[in-house]
Amino acid sequence: MSELRFDDVTVRYGKATAVDGVSLTVPEGEVVGLVGESGSGKSTLARAAVGLAPLSGGRITLGGAPVPTRGRPRPLQMVFQDPYSSLDPRMTVGESVTEAMPPGGTRAERRAEVERLLELVHLDPACAGNVPSRLSGGQRQRVAFARALAARPRVVIADEITSALDVSVQGAVLNLVRELQRDLGLTILFISHNLAVVRYVASHVAVMRDGRIVEQGPAERVLTEPAHDYTRELLAAVPGRSTPRSQR
Amino acid sequence: MAMSLTAESPTAGPAVPGERPWARFALRRLGRLLVSLWVLVTASFAMIHLIPGDPVRGALGPTAPVELVEARRHALGLDDPLATQYLHYLKGLFTGDLGTSISSQLPVSDVVAQRLPATLSLAVLAFLGAVLVAIPLGVVMGVLTRRGHGRRTELAFTTTSVFVATVPDFLIGVALIYVFGIRLGWFPVAGDETASAYVLPVFSLAIGPAAILARIVRVEMVGVLEADFVRTARAKRLPARTVYLGHALPNAVTAALTLGGLLLGAMVAGTVLVENVFAWPGLGSTIVQSILTKDYPVVQAIVLVYGVGVLVTNLVVDVALAVLDPRSKIRED
Amino acid sequence: MQGRWSRVVRTPLGLTATVFVVALLALACLGPVLWGADADVVDTDNILAAPSGEHWAGTDNLGRDILLRVLVACRLSMLLALMAIVLAVVVGLLLGAAPFVLGRRTGRLVTAAVNIAVAFPGILLALFFAVVFGAGATGAVMAIGLAGAPAFARLTQTLVAGIAARDYIAAARMAGVGRVRILFRHVLPNIAEPLVVNATIGAGNALLSFAGLSFLGLGVQSPSYDWGRLLYDGIAAIYVNAAAALTPGAAVLVAGLAFNLFGESVAKGLGVSVGVGLRTVATTRAVVAAEPEAAAHDDEDVPEPSSDVVLDVRDLEVTFPGPAGPVRLVRGVSFEVRRGEAVGIVGESGSGKSMTALAITRLVADHGRVDATRLDLLGTDLLAPDTAVRRRMLGTSLAMVFQDPMTSFNPTRRIGAQLAEVATHHQGMTRREATARAVDRLTAVRIPDAATRVRQYPHEFSGGMRQRAMIGMGLMGKPSLIVADEPTTALDVTVQQQVLDLLTAIREADDVALVLISHDVTVVGEVCDRVMVMYAGRVVEDLPAADLATAARHPYTRALVEAVPDMATDLTRPLATIPGRPVSPADAPVGCAYADRCPLADARCRAEDPPLVADSGRHRVACWHAGEPLPPVRMTDDLVETVESL
Ligand SMILES: Nc1ncnc2c1ncn2[C@@H]1O[C@H](COP(=O)(O)OP(=O)(O)O)[C@@H](O)[C@H]1O
Ligand code: SF4
Ligand SMILES: [Mg+2]
Repeated sequence: MSELRFDDVTVRYGKATAVDGVSLTVPEGEVVGLVGESGSGKSTLARAAVGLAPLSGGRITLGGAPVPTRGRPRPLQMVFQDPYSSLDPRMTVGESVTEAMPPGGTRAERRAEVERLLELVHLDPACAGNVPSRLSGGQRQRVAFARALAARPRVVIADEITSALDVSVQGAVLNLVRELQRDLGLTILFISHNLAVVRYVASHVAVMRDGRIVEQGPAERVLTEPAHDYTRELLAAVPGRSTPRSQR
Repeated sequence: MAMSLTAESPTAGPAVPGERPWARFALRRLGRLLVSLWVLVTASFAMIHLIPGDPVRGALGPTAPVELVEARRHALGLDDPLATQYLHYLKGLFTGDLGTSISSQLPVSDVVAQRLPATLSLAVLAFLGAVLVAIPLGVVMGVLTRRGHGRRTELAFTTTSVFVATVPDFLIGVALIYVFGIRLGWFPVAGDETASAYVLPVFSLAIGPAAILARIVRVEMVGVLEADFVRTARAKRLPARTVYLGHALPNAVTAALTLGGLLLGAMVAGTVLVENVFAWPGLGSTIVQSILTKDYPVVQAIVLVYGVGVLVTNLVVDVALAVLDPRSKIRED
Repeated sequence: MQGRWSRVVRTPLGLTATVFVVALLALACLGPVLWGADADVVDTDNILAAPSGEHWAGTDNLGRDILLRVLVACRLSMLLALMAIVLAVVVGLLLGAAPFVLGRRTGRLVTAAVNIAVAFPGILLALFFAVVFGAGATGAVMAIGLAGAPAFARLTQTLVAGIAARDYIAAARMAGVGRVRILFRHVLPNIAEPLVVNATIGAGNALLSFAGLSFLGLGVQSPSYDWGRLLYDGIAAIYVNAAAALTPGAAVLVAGLAFNLFGESVAKGLGVSVGVGLRTVATTRAVVAAEPEAAAHDDEDVPEPSSDVVLDVRDLEVTFPGPAGPVRLVRGVSFEVRRGEAVGIVGESGSGKSMTALAITRLVADHGRVDATRLDLLGTDLLAPDTAVRRRMLGTSLAMVFQDPMTSFNPTRRIGAQLAEVATHHQGMTRREATARAVDRLTAVRIPDAATRVRQYPHEFSGGMRQRAMIGMGLMGKPSLIVADEPTTALDVTVQQQVLDLLTAIREADDVALVLISHDVTVVGEVCDRVMVMYAGRVVEDLPAADLATAARHPYTRALVEAVPDMATDLTRPLATIPGRPVSPADAPVGCAYADRCPLADARCRAEDPPLVADSGRHRVACWHAGEPLPPVRMTDDLVETVESL
């Protein structure tokens, strides 16, 4: 069982409540999309799950047990938004990926594992010796994925992983997400402010606003028959949906 | 192309005007001032207790009779419990009683009162001089060396300012005494009797900080001239004068003061060295004498006065910043 | 690494500083060995002698040779400075790294303590510690070391905080790596360079501070001597033998300067920033006046301008000086915009969209160079020299909206004043009239309670409101053209929608033309009548927006459209991807700039740059194989990027 559950989760920073009583389930082997505008609390929710933000109420469980936030292994991993800040500029790609692996194994085994992971994210294994400055944004995001997978997670949280990328590489990263879900049966919480992107990768969608989830359900239903006004507003704002304005 | 996803939803965010930013700024700033003052007072009190061994024995020398040492200890109140001494010290400060000088047996407050004006006038003149020279110089240099311009000028200015800023004030003082005092005989080299006696000390004190500040102002000016809002001002087709003086200048100066404000506080304490070079009858020459003669009450008081001077200078800079830049009022540090 | 260090030595200043530092280190090692004994020889017949052939800097009050003593004192002076700086760095590092290791609450206390200590100048702290530790070399080392620690602690804290906010630290924590281990593995290596540089500069300053303390009589005591002590003794005799003071003074100065300049040069060479007061900026590049390359592009394909043309651009070139000669960032762009028309420009970052926008509005920084065979706005030649009349015309009939509403307003002035300025300068209004107009314009861009809002500062506005105020600023005059460069990229989708709606409404109300720049094809496709696709500084396709999804003919345009998922994207198929990276205009090849990423590229594409030609109606395209079928996207194979393609 690797179902990720948020139960009435609340996170406060000082007086401000960033996440306010959120309950959300990411079923095993599914991709759940979490949409909302910046500042709505999406990233805070994710960071709380991996222990990077303090929980001031509620429970986060993975397969029924609390998510371990000390020691190893760490069955919940996260991929971040900014590809330029997510890799240590002084470590080679191989070192970064190795660091995230559970301890144990010979050096040769580790090297083989790095190669396997890089191939999994469609990078040339020869990349392992490179420092991040030689990689493009899209390639870095794939290394970040490989590093997350190195920890053998049961669930991966992807936080706005394409919003800092140029459109020409965004597609490749989205394809990768779908492929990992399909081929490895990975459970993914996919956070984005772009509904079209979420629609493409997620089977379930949750809409967040001001720290609360206002609507959630199967992607198809939420995106075609939204029940909440805010979801409708978001949908209406997706560019390219309406007819060109000049002809209106 | 890291896109920033910074905008707020239309309802949330800073749409509500900040409530009374001045009051909150004043409160916060006052709080910091009080904490700093307390640290300063406590440090000056603790100074004498941190001295390894017995400070009185140290001051009187190994041959002094035990009775004298005991009597002096008693006179200084050093045989009371520490807490009592601390309360005494605080009470003394509130009533203006800073104790008695060991060497002259005069009240320390008299010593300070007598010496303070000379130091204060030196520090204030140097402060004004540094600010009034550094800011216009930095701004002009910034405009001349803005991106893609004046590479030679920039190199010359930067090199000169590093040089000038590196030379410590007391060495400048020594050199000035040699050239203008001894060789040329244009200025007096000691004392504060005449107006011309101020020239060399103020110059030695102000030139280093002025050079650094001018450098910071230049860098900020160059940066500000590249800023988006300057491009906006140009897009409004405002005359160059308005773009530089109306839009770029206030931002460059505030940024420079944010970075370089502490320098001006440091300059106040720099009077210690300069006073010793020019035999200036101020607190700086007194404190050194008192350290050497182990006249601790005087040392404590002067450290306190200098500390307050530094804190006041920093306060002046922060208030100036708050006036010039509305954001600095809400910036937590 | 190697290259960066050799850059340090290659500047004249850096080389000089390096030579001096090495020489000083040698002198510190050898000085006492060579002249230690001679420097102590007392010659009572020759007291306080002036400089002579025998004693180049004269003698002191015991007849000892000053020059020799200065040379010998090098070792002690440098040793003491070294010890002090090591003390400062160690204490500073401990205090500076503490908040990271100790966690939030305790960390905040340490930070607050350091902040208070930093406000007290070093000389004051040094005096304090000199009292505590007593006059003498040990006391001075402690005094100067501890007095320097707060500044180092603050520097370390800032640097650590900068690294700690990086996602790779979060990733390491998430993987279960301990805090101390993260500190040593990820944080310290990444802040080592600025720390070392600042420590070098700190060593120079410590040397000078020692001289200061010794000069006050609080440093090294006889019979030991360092430069400060010699200076102290020399000052006493300055009227008799000035060289006795000037020689040690000069020595201190040279050594202090050598270390400072060495540190600065290293900082500059490595691109490291230096603490307050010593910050350096990268030198701006030389301006190379460049002959523009012959601009022989596609002028034959632009129809003759008709009277309702607002903007007419032909063969626009923007050239900037680069490290290896001038770089053409915009390479021959021609188009026109008619009254009320909305033209979109799309392309990836770096394709020259913004440069084009700045060039057509004459806002390119003045070391860049704009060439064109024609650049007319409302019949006014923008290539002609600037005049007051033209400034007024541009100030009132051309509006600009920039990408980042956060930074595009002057943070130190009220919104109202920033709007009113336009009217007082160009429309001859009084302040009061101009402010009234500003309120009116803010209301027009749907800012509620504008009368109060004009008195607020930009930081009191939300992002979307700021962008609307920016549009309102453009409406202070009566614009015929609005140029908006990524006006919604920094905004959330719903806010983006409001801003786009606003632009459309303005356009329809007054027949205002719009040039809308975006990296997002869907945004441009929704708002504009016509879309120009830019790649590596050129327009590769110019087509009606309605044709984007169906009739795009350039392989790049088609890939862009397919790569972006929209609400109708087929979920059963992988998204299109474009392999490789965009070419920057600086290294555009001779042939088609897109050839390296194009599935249709052939030998001709690599050899000859396709011209932008009109093929049907107002559709222009620059491709030798325009409209030919593209091979289908495969899921994996062509996604494997090799190191060579980097
Ligand atoms: N002031 C400048 N000096 C030199 N090169 C610049 C300058 N501004 C931008 N560039 C370069 O010009 C190219 C085009 O940039 P830009 O017009 O901003 O593209 P876009 O708007 O499409 O993202 C890029 O290669 C960028 O690095
Ligand atoms: S000219 Fe050739 S390389 Fe360029 S886009 Fe057309 S087919 Fe591709
Ligand atoms: Mg741009």
